[in-house]
Amino acid sequence: MRVNPRTTQKIAKLLIWSAALLVMTILLAIIIYILAKGIPVLNWQFLTQIPRNMGRSGGISSSIIGTLLVTAVAVIVATPFGIGTAFYLTEYTRESRITRIIRFSAESLAGIPSIVYGLFGFIFFVIYLNMGWSILSGGLTMAIMILPTIIRTSEEAIRTVPHLYREVGFSLGATKWQTITRAVFPSALPGIANGIILSIGRCVAETAAVILTAGSALRMPISPFSPTRTMAVHFYILAREGISMENAYGTAALLIILIFLINIVLNMLVNRFVSKGR
Amino acid sequence: MKISKEKISKYVFFGIALSSLSVLAVITIFIFIKGLPIITKVGVINFVFGMNWAPSKGAFGIFPMIIGSVSVTLGAAILGVPIAICCSIFLAEFAPPTLRNIFRPAIQLLAGIPSVVYGFWGVLFIVPTIRNYLGGPGLSILAGSIILAIMILPTIISISEVALLSLPSQYKEAAMALGLTHWQTIHSLLLPAAKSGIVAAIILGIGRAMGETMAVIMVLGNAVAIPQSILDPVRTLTTNIGIEMGYASGEHQQALFATGIVLFVVIMLLNAIAQYVTRKK
Repeated sequence: MRVNPRTTQKIAKLLIWSAALLVMTILLAIIIYILAKGIPVLNWQFLTQIPRNMGRSGGISSSIIGTLLVTAVAVIVATPFGIGTAFYLTEYTRESRITRIIRFSAESLAGIPSIVYGLFGFIFFVIYLNMGWSILSGGLTMAIMILPTIIRTSEEAIRTVPHLYREVGFSLGATKWQTITRAVFPSALPGIANGIILSIGRCVAETAAVILTAGSALRMPISPFSPTRTMAVHFYILAREGISMENAYGTAALLIILIFLINIVLNMLVNRFVSKGR
Repeated sequence: MKISKEKISKYVFFGIALSSLSVLAVITIFIFIKGLPIITKVGVINFVFGMNWAPSKGAFGIFPMIIGSVSVTLGAAILGVPIAICCSIFLAEFAPPTLRNIFRPAIQLLAGIPSVVYGFWGVLFIVPTIRNYLGGPGLSILAGSIILAIMILPTIISISEVALLSLPSQYKEAAMALGLTHWQTIHSLLLPAAKSGIVAAIILGIGRAMGETMAVIMVLGNAVAIPQSILDPVRTLTTNIGIEMGYASGEHQQALFATGIVLFVVIMLLNAIAQYVTRKK
């Protein structure tokens, strides 16, 4: 029996629309639930006090600072390497065996599970380089983890810069270095920034790799060698060990708000980048 | 002077690129150095197919965890892949522009939410629902599969959407001109043409599901046993590391790195397949 193509189309359309609707519902269910439970907890004290009594009372200021510092180390270390690699791949070499190997390893790095990064960071930074559980160990581990994201987004951004820019640069007698720094880099910047912001989001959200390398100390960090507990780790410990549901919701809400803000900035950048490209 | 600066910049960029490349090698070397001794001591077969995991008694068999990882990942793929592909078709073909502009950032947001939040949500909603309506402890393969299915959606949706959008528009125009319906065009032309991209998306999604740790620790129950049904608790390779790494030492710690080696090898294979599939096109 042959079914009328119009009927099949209707059924297919129905399924596709319901799948999309389902995904939106799930997303909204998660976000609204966490925000509804968590936002009432958020107040000035929660943001500015250090955790007391294992996090049962007090705020999460030391976790906020810890998260910021781990993220800062990661971004500061990974950005020059990521952008440099992207420039090498796009401007300084033709497609060759070496570029293929570099690209393969970058893509493979992107697929490695965060817990494996955690194992590596633990054995390499914490033990072998003797940095202990610290902001530095956590930040450097995260730097490696976000490196592929920065390489890929920067590479894409550099490739979208019209070839004309380079030709004009060269024809004016500029060297390659001048052309890259003064013409290509500025116009690729929004795309590169895009990758960096995406990476910040990953650092803020990461748990498995950070808990093994930065530790889970609640003290306010005083140096790069202090251990710390990032917000995601703090939330995990509060929720899993049932220490304080209320503070867990508060921390989760703050995390989601942060991710939300990061995404908004990201989209603004993308839109500007796209409209500029036209 | 100008020329030497040129040369220097070229070497500096090459050096940077090489160091990015060497990171993968350093990771591999350190994980293997730490984990291999215990595998050679116990024996590869005994380690991979051993049924008994009792680190305090020197028993290191990870077969139940392998079964755990495979079953949860498979469950996530069965639940997540069809929904994700439908969503990518929705985005590429059916969604009105305004809806697309809402949907796409929403998927991005879904990708950005910390995995622990998914796990927590699973504990609050999925686990009790399974316990009350389907039986068992609730902490189960099914709970883990549902959470992972949600978590791999963004990966699969975005990569498949790109694969669908990168097809030449003539394909669609020609099909429509021949009188095919929109769905016939998608089903018989666009999906097959975008196959390699979609397959790569699915493999990468599976890799993500297999590598996820914190979310599944919270919903899987973590018992080291071969599951009898999807309502049984299991432990995966990742959760084995995540749970025990905090207090393990000596051979126990080595065995966790060895668990990491198995995971690493499987994921690298999946990555290589995904990259191969994409390139073949």
